[in-house]
Amino acid sequence: MNINRKGRVYMGEKNVHARSRVVDHFMTGVFYIVGGSAILLLLVLAGYIIVKGIKSYYPGVMGFTDSGIGNQLFNTIYLVVLSLIVSVPLGMAAGTYLSEYAKQGKLTEIITMSIEALSSLPSIVIGLFGYLVFILMTGAQSNLLAGAMVVTILSIPQITSTTRDALKALPDYYRTGSIGLGASTFQTIWHVLIPACIPRVVTGIILVAGRGFGEAAALLYTTGQSTIIDWSSWNLASSTCPLNPMRPGETLALHVWMMRTEGSMVQHSTEIANISSMILVIAVLIFNLAARLISARIVKKNRGA
Amino acid sequence: MSDHKDKVVVDHMDLYYDDFHALKDINLKMPEKEITAFIGPSGCGKSTLLKSLNRMNDLVEGCKITGKITIDGKDIYDKKVDVNQLRKRVGMVFQQPNPFDMSIYDNVAYGPRIHGIKNRSQLDQIVEKSLRGAGLWDEVKDRLKRNAIGVSGGQQQRICIARALAVEPDILLMDEPTSALDPISTAAIEDLAMELKENYTIVIVTHNMQQAVRISDRTAFFYLGEMVEYASTDQLFSNPQNPKTEEYITGRFG
Repeated sequence: MNINRKGRVYMGEKNVHARSRVVDHFMTGVFYIVGGSAILLLLVLAGYIIVKGIKSYYPGVMGFTDSGIGNQLFNTIYLVVLSLIVSVPLGMAAGTYLSEYAKQGKLTEIITMSIEALSSLPSIVIGLFGYLVFILMTGAQSNLLAGAMVVTILSIPQITSTTRDALKALPDYYRTGSIGLGASTFQTIWHVLIPACIPRVVTGIILVAGRGFGEAAALLYTTGQSTIIDWSSWNLASSTCPLNPMRPGETLALHVWMMRTEGSMVQHSTEIANISSMILVIAVLIFNLAARLISARIVKKNRGA
Repeated sequence: MSDHKDKVVVDHMDLYYDDFHALKDINLKMPEKEITAFIGPSGCGKSTLLKSLNRMNDLVEGCKITGKITIDGKDIYDKKVDVNQLRKRVGMVFQQPNPFDMSIYDNVAYGPRIHGIKNRSQLDQIVEKSLRGAGLWDEVKDRLKRNAIGVSGGQQQRICIARALAVEPDILLMDEPTSALDPISTAAIEDLAMELKENYTIVIVTHNMQQAVRISDRTAFFYLGEMVEYASTDQLFSNPQNPKTEEYITGRFG
């Protein structure tokens, strides 16, 4: 420390400033590198899988037949759709309750913590739970619906948290403006609050759909390890009808696992696994893009020109 | 004191936020089709009283009210009162303009739609009438579908006023409506209030004493949760009866 002639304490400011500028530049570089690496990692991973998949193509692999993977692709999409139909409304309702209706207090805290704990439970455990409840206790055969319900259980906590956080982040004047005009709480939530949360909630939905696309362990004992679909049968009660959710419905992710383990003696098993992986990655990317596009459209319509 | 009959009567009203005694034995009669101003230093309770008139304080946990507030003779805190209908009759404009993140049209049409009006041409009429009432129609009539947040603060506040007018209230509560605005927008809104009082009863909370002098017919001065003095604006400012009132309006505190 120097004391200059005017008596002010001079704390070596010049050095401090120089050092803080160096640190600032350095950390800016670090953040760019980390961000860039994340993008690079995604490109490399997705790119490798897609290229490997393309290289493994052989005629007939994409067919909707017993030896192709088309049926598994259909099962995967059907399963994701079924689980979203249940998990999105339930999750959003729970999240809305926690944000708009529940009184601050011990009980609400316990509920919130329980939901967050639920979302960290291992998926194989939930899968076995699903096996117990949806297969053993009901006496049913392996079926797609049971798998969809397992994915629903895995998804609801995430959607609940996302909805709750999105609503809590909205400033209070959204609510007071609406209530001041004589709207009820529900009208305020439906017409003002939820529309304002759509982008954030859609992010949550994309994440849980990704889980649905990719789950293997949790579905092992519920959806079954095989699938027989007769595309000409539209009798919903028949166990080979594509739209009957009570039939076994092996999904793509499970198929990959099967082809690399128990099914590795099947002809073209390696190619099938590679192509299935590629289709899965592409499906997730397409779902992501489509969800974002729809969300942007809805937001634009709500906000006016 | 005034030719107009009493619209809003506050009778021995006390308000508590948990243990804090925010309003103490308030007695006040506000005539219809006039502008009543509430003035006083920060924290004196004027906004709290305003928010009690449309029961927005119901939203605050721990808020308790004793005493009576009647509008047109009916107690608004009665158990049988439909609070949503009350808020339709008693509109509110807030300090920060808070239009919804929707088009101007949807903002103004929000209230009528909530209360059941679906017919497109009816809504068009209401939107035009309300925007004219807020003095904004000519400025925005070609831009109704544009987002309401993209306009200036003064225009946003007038959209909020139009929005409040669209549900056809009898009473308009304004909580420091111009404190976040520039002088020109402030003047526009003050002129608007003077026009509106021909058809609406207006209660305005303001920090700005000159504003109270400019536009209000009656003024109530609040201090530390009590209503210290209430008189016609001319009288309160030229010949205040209470020493505290005089200290405040001469700027010795507040």
